[in-house]
Amino acid sequence: MRSPVTTPAAGGDARPRPRDMLRYAFRTPAIGPLAALVVAVVAFAVTTETFLTPQNLSLVLQQSIVVGTLALGQSLIILTAGIDLANGAIAVLGTIVMAKLVLDGGNPVTALVLGLVAATLVGLVNGLLVSRLRLPPFIVTLGALTVVYAVARLYSQSRSYPVTSGLLLFWGNGLGVGGMFLTWGTFLLVGLYGFFWYVLTQTAWGRHIYAVGNAPESARLTGIDVRRTVLSVYVTAGLLYGVAAWQSLGRIPNADPNSYQTANLESITAVVLGGTSLFGGRGSVIGTLIGALIVNVLRSGLTQAGIDSLYQDVATGTLVVVAVGVDQILRRSGPR
Amino acid sequence: MTHDRAGHERTRRRRRRGVTLLVAGALVSGAVACGGADGSGGQGAHQITIGLVTKTEANPFFVALRHAATAAAHRNDARLIALAGKFDGDNEGQVNAVESLIARGVNGILITPSNTTGILGAIREARRQGILVIALDTATQPENAVDATYATDNFKAGRLQGAYLKALLAGRAPKVFVLDGTPGSEVSQDRHDGFLDGFGLKDGSPAIIGQANANGDRNTAQAATENLLLRASDVNTIYTINEPVAGGAYEAITDRGLTRQVTIGSIDGSCDGVRDVKAGTLAATVMQFPVGMATDGVDAVVAFAKSGVRPSGFTDTGTVLITDRPVRGLPSQSTAWGLQHCWG
Repeated sequence: MRSPVTTPAAGGDARPRPRDMLRYAFRTPAIGPLAALVVAVVAFAVTTETFLTPQNLSLVLQQSIVVGTLALGQSLIILTAGIDLANGAIAVLGTIVMAKLVLDGGNPVTALVLGLVAATLVGLVNGLLVSRLRLPPFIVTLGALTVVYAVARLYSQSRSYPVTSGLLLFWGNGLGVGGMFLTWGTFLLVGLYGFFWYVLTQTAWGRHIYAVGNAPESARLTGIDVRRTVLSVYVTAGLLYGVAAWQSLGRIPNADPNSYQTANLESITAVVLGGTSLFGGRGSVIGTLIGALIVNVLRSGLTQAGIDSLYQDVATGTLVVVAVGVDQILRRSGPR
Repeated sequence: MTHDRAGHERTRRRRRRGVTLLVAGALVSGAVACGGADGSGGQGAHQITIGLVTKTEANPFFVALRHAATAAAHRNDARLIALAGKFDGDNEGQVNAVESLIARGVNGILITPSNTTGILGAIREARRQGILVIALDTATQPENAVDATYATDNFKAGRLQGAYLKALLAGRAPKVFVLDGTPGSEVSQDRHDGFLDGFGLKDGSPAIIGQANANGDRNTAQAATENLLLRASDVNTIYTINEPVAGGAYEAITDRGLTRQVTIGSIDGSCDGVRDVKAGTLAATVMQFPVGMATDGVDAVVAFAKSGVRPSGFTDTGTVLITDRPVRGLPSQSTAWGLQHCWG
């Protein structure tokens, strides 16, 4: 399967050569984003005094947790050639359910489970509409965005709820390592990405997701249940958004029905910067994690350099367009 | 697709993706280089740095606040870093901003909190590290979570609007539309409550014949007013949370030819708003003073950095009723005065 990659140009020489190493690097999907991340980190480390402090590095990680988890769900959906505009709204609903139930005297475990269930149910509904009724994911999740925010505001009576339950705040705790404070949420984020990297690359379900995103008709002909695969992805993403809601309470102990209004776009940004194709079937979740880190490294580094946030938005937005634009240009003018 | 073609395709795509992101990386470093150059100019050894975190970038009130803070910092030879949430309610965006400012080691942080409790953790951390934190425009809950608060007394601003609109009715039966801000917002609630208090109404009184949340946005306000007018066109008084909302409401009543029958009041005191009062579009507006808030905030941080003196408590930065039709018993200023003191 890998044989076409080793071209005759490699010749019969048996020594490992830089060219082969470079080729290997390009075969690893996340290497481009990783290079961009490293360049950014090095550049900020050189130009500012405060970027490379343990405190700031742990902050960058903490700032990536919620959007990182949302972007993981977003990645799964985009790999099936879908898109999710409702993920921030779903997470908000999750936080409101969890916080309000506890504040109303409910058991934290029940509140947590119901919050996760609420998020997963929205994923289920979206998945059913996309897979059974074949409605475009953009439209389904656009509708869900509006509906879910409205439901969250109705349920919360447009009030925000402080959180005191230790269980709900869990992911905000952590341990100090050499000046860094690593929250449990950070470990969970890395664990989730590791798990889904494994699932996507090593299991039949993972291969089905890529196949469905690449060419649904071919996937169907090879015996893959396309509808069920798509449905399972939306449900899984919904559950992940519920987890993001839980992580969010650990970070900001307050459930606010107005929050995360741009999380959908931020998660798409992370996915795109991570090198995943918006047309589905191509990309990796590790790339998404790096993409999320790039956004936060950029924001943090530019702040350390004393740059106002409007310029930061200019830099981030430009980076997204350039990343996708160069990809498109190279694809069109690519060899043969 | 054969194995062979798929393999080639994959390799090619991956190679391109690598190139793409290397280019992107170069862009990042380019951006940083600019930042570095910019930073090196201002990062003197002991230059005072001040962080400003507003709710959003777009709202003219926060734009005025930012400009005033920048000017004040410049006067004091200090450096201002202006950051903001992406929308009203972007608590994580504000927390991220505060954390980044802490990491940068600023002397003080001026913040207009989106959520009065959601960002307290970050503020506590900033103060623990010896950074002065001042809330501008909106108080936190509890108020002493920050060192000091420089803000409009929003309840008072609402009450002034309510008392004035009530006086204009001169005994006629009130039929009121209430156009609020974002549901759940502290500022919105305080002004709403103040209005009712000044007007002598209670939530749910029959005199309130329509209520809508306009999110502080002109277009939303216009649509909301149009809809309310379909149900009750005999309205004679409109409370608006701010001037963009008043503009939207005026648009809607103009379209229905009701401008003679309805008076609109508002709060803000932007130059556009004062001009609207002068033109008669608005009966009155209650001016607040973002320039004063920002200037006082910056000055306080500079003083703190130089002498270690921390300001404390709530400072009401003032509210002034602006109208050319003054009523007995309610102190007000003319639009001529307003145009000299307006912002934006």
